[in-house]
Amino acid sequence: MKMILFILLLAVSPVWAADAVAPKIDIGRGGECVKDPQWMRKNHMHLLKHQRDETLRKGARDDKVSLKGCIECHASTSDDSVTARADSFCVACHHYEAVKIDCFECHSGKRKSAWLQQRNAK
Amino acid sequence: MSDLDMKRRNFLKTSVGAAAVAIAPGMMLFQVANGSSEGVSAKVRWGMLIDTNQCKTGCNDCVTACNKENGLSGETKATDAQWIRKIEIKDISSGREVSLPMMCQHCEHPPCVDVCPTNASMKRADGIVLVDKHRCIGCRYCIMACPYKARSFVHEPLHDQNPDVPRGKGTVESCTLCVHRVDQGLQPACAEACPNKAILFGDLNDPQSEIAKKVRTVASVQVRADLRLNPGVRYQGL
Repeated sequence: MKMILFILLLAVSPVWAADAVAPKIDIGRGGECVKDPQWMRKNHMHLLKHQRDETLRKGARDDKVSLKGCIECHASTSDDSVTARADSFCVACHHYEAVKIDCFECHSGKRKSAWLQQRNAK
Repeated sequence: MSDLDMKRRNFLKTSVGAAAVAIAPGMMLFQVANGSSEGVSAKVRWGMLIDTNQCKTGCNDCVTACNKENGLSGETKATDAQWIRKIEIKDISSGREVSLPMMCQHCEHPPCVDVCPTNASMKRADGIVLVDKHRCIGCRYCIMACPYKARSFVHEPLHDQNPDVPRGKGTVESCTLCVHRVDQGLQPACAEACPNKAILFGDLNDPQSEIAKKVRTVASVQVRADLRLNPGVRYQGL
């Protein structure tokens, strides 16, 4: 009986533990256009790194897996950014995992449509 | 020769054949396609023909357009990035003055690519010379190597870049021929902004294109042609 209880506890505990400390993320518009969220959590960096070389060096632009494409859907609906706040899409998770992202030293974290609107208003 | 050997030889023969069949369609696809998801084609050579007779002294519209498009500050201090600049030259003996824009000449044999220790400086298949900032370590050899002084180094952290034009501190940059616009089928910002249409942009390899026809019919020169770098940017009336 004790054994069963222990196994049950083991099976259940990661779920609530993850829920309690997991980062609260503003996923923007969200949606699932490339692969399911769990796959993306594990592999998005490989897609981005592959695509950046394809795009820059070969000129193969695939909107679906481009950084701009990601930002278009995942930028916050309130401030059009994936980096502006502590719970923004990229920042929240990377802060939680303590992985530094260099992308936005050069790349804009803003949704392109919003950025263009702002520039043209100037 | 033993029976075993023969079988082995036959197996190798057939497997090589099968591999060739499997690879060939992919190769064909790669060569035929020039759509955006397949990458750019080496059949295209983007270039510019700049008519200095139409380029007005004091006019800075191409520079302003470039700055706006690519998010440059527009300042001209030693540490500010300049991708295109206006140059006034004067022939001392005749007194003839010419005004022209100078930027990356998108050479066929770019010295900046030759000297780059990390392969960051690169030429795309369609002739556009770019800096892969993912690889650039900011050594600035390319700045030294460029005979046109076309490249700049980013000294300060930048914010609020154009989503189409990533730029960042510690990397070298130069005119990209507005690659993000060209890939969408648009003209570079400077060519579009010129009030006198002095900058003609197009595919030098396509005999039917406006630029190829003009290059064939009017006298034009490449700056520092003696270096035999074959720049994609040509000047008329120089």
